[in-house]
Amino acid sequence: MSDVSSKDAKGPDAPPGLVARIIDSDMFHSFLRSRITVLAAIGTLILFFVAFFAPLVAPHDPFDLASVSILDARVPPFWMEFADPRFPLGTDDQGRDIISAIFYGMRISLIVGFCSVFLAAALGITLGLIAGYMGGRVDAVIMRIADIQLTFPAILIALLVDGAVHGIFGTLNREVFSFWILIFSIALSFWVQYARTVRGSTMVEKNKEYVQAARVIGIPSSTIMIRHILPNVTGPVLVIATINLALAIVTEATLSFLGVGMPPTQPSLGTLIAIGNDFLYSGEWWIAIFPGLALALLVLNVNLLGDWLRDALNPKLR
Amino acid sequence: MLGFAVRRLMQAIVVLLVVALLSFSLFRFVGDPVNMMVGIETSIQEREALRERLGLNDPIPVQFGRFVVKAAQFDFGTSYQFHQPVSELFAKRIPATLELSFMSALFALAVGVPMGIYAGLNRESRLSKLFLSVSLVGISLPTFFIGILLIFLFSVTLQWLPSYGRGEVVKIGSWWTTGLLTWSGLKALIMPSITLGLYQMTLIMRLIRAEMLEVIRTDYIKFARARGLPDRIVHFRHALKNTLVPVITITGLQLGALIAFATITETVFQWPGMGIMFLQAVQNVDIPIMSAYLLLTAFLFVVINFIVDILYFLIDPRLRVERA
Repeated sequence: MSDVSSKDAKGPDAPPGLVARIIDSDMFHSFLRSRITVLAAIGTLILFFVAFFAPLVAPHDPFDLASVSILDARVPPFWMEFADPRFPLGTDDQGRDIISAIFYGMRISLIVGFCSVFLAAALGITLGLIAGYMGGRVDAVIMRIADIQLTFPAILIALLVDGAVHGIFGTLNREVFSFWILIFSIALSFWVQYARTVRGSTMVEKNKEYVQAARVIGIPSSTIMIRHILPNVTGPVLVIATINLALAIVTEATLSFLGVGMPPTQPSLGTLIAIGNDFLYSGEWWIAIFPGLALALLVLNVNLLGDWLRDALNPKLR
Repeated sequence: MLGFAVRRLMQAIVVLLVVALLSFSLFRFVGDPVNMMVGIETSIQEREALRERLGLNDPIPVQFGRFVVKAAQFDFGTSYQFHQPVSELFAKRIPATLELSFMSALFALAVGVPMGIYAGLNRESRLSKLFLSVSLVGISLPTFFIGILLIFLFSVTLQWLPSYGRGEVVKIGSWWTTGLLTWSGLKALIMPSITLGLYQMTLIMRLIRAEMLEVIRTDYIKFARARGLPDRIVHFRHALKNTLVPVITITGLQLGALIAFATITETVFQWPGMGIMFLQAVQNVDIPIMSAYLLLTAFLFVVINFIVDILYFLIDPRLRVERA
């Protein structure tokens, strides 16, 4: 509720600036009307908050070896027998606090998610702009690559890229590089959607008068693309990016779960679930289930926001 | 019709060649194939001999041509980790993956289609809203976590179903194995199929619902109602039939996705299919298996797409008229 009330408080006496315009806009009204979206926004904010301020919010530092004790290993969550009040959701096999590990893990999941979405968008927008503006053979080559890639699921591309990159750089530096390889492989598997969207709108924009005027007075193509066309084609990209954030988080978790993502020394939510999966059969279910629920909650909230954004920005549905 | 099929076939071959080029470069340029095959104590002369024998000193286009010819004969070389021919390794594991994907598709269709029809016809009912919310949760839960939850519930807590493997399998012919004929094999199939098919189920349900909502508003449905036809005939003979074209397209494409996504489900349930082998190959940089898997899935995708295109053509008479 925090973001809504603060905007309301500033609203009445502020000059008709950005805040007032936001409150007056159709989007803000449709936002308030949909109760589930407001809930999702609050949920997302809370999850983002605990993730990014994990060192401040988390009760323990699960990766500070000095504070972790093997004697606290496999403590169950608070409502079960032998629970320990210091660890509300229990501990894993090495005595690390589950809820703290979730906060830290969510931070890694979110950082990887944001970075890969950003990289994918940058790559897709660039290629889409070039393909749409240049047309001809450049367009054909870029879009055929996109078509072929689109027939494969993203997770498969990410797995292949991950394997190939590890093959090129050797498996020695997995600890150091896996973060970047992960971002790179997810981004490379998600760029197509941006490219197609941006290409479509670029082809519409490039025939409009303002672009032709710019071309007539001799502005170079690259400047026209970046200064003039880009600002007019980024609207739909925002929607794709929101929906892709959820997808990227799931992909990251899946890759980490499969053992080709984040290493156990810097666990993301997926790595935590993979670690916990080994203890499912011996009764310590909480090690896998709680990180999984946190992941599901995060993805569900982001998905709900994305769904709403898509409908709110779609003029057909107004 | 024939011209259309030939054109599609040409496109499919181009796609396969591009993927072949990709998987060839994967094999040729990611790491040195010779270094991967020999031990540390192999001498330089022996390495050179092996290089010559593998034809790695030939011009690249010649190598690529040989790669394509060999791939067409299902010869993908020898696995770096198992030291066995890749094609044999795959032949052993393909039945498990195909059976799993097929059962998941069956599950997705058998559950998704009725749910979609119901939700499309009774838009405001409580049950439809429940279906929609459940489908949103289904989309948000990652596949592997659904598998873990199912294992936790039905294997660990209730102990009804096995949590790993295929159960007892029966051999059919020289290399195909099936779990469909034994009780334990069927039991082992339940959870992996649901895990793999859940996402597709929600997708099909949402698609059919959306299509039904659109079709129900059209004039010919109103006219059919005005003629006094019973609801059953209007809904199934008139409405459902016209929602099928996009459904077949999506189902076909999703069947390909199922085979690829099987990697995750196979890992969760230790299902001895080719996905789990591919994953091991990725972890151990076993390039021959990776490139063979890439080509094989591309081939399956292309075949499925081709069949879907032809089906499309057979189902929608408008296409036939326009193209003829």
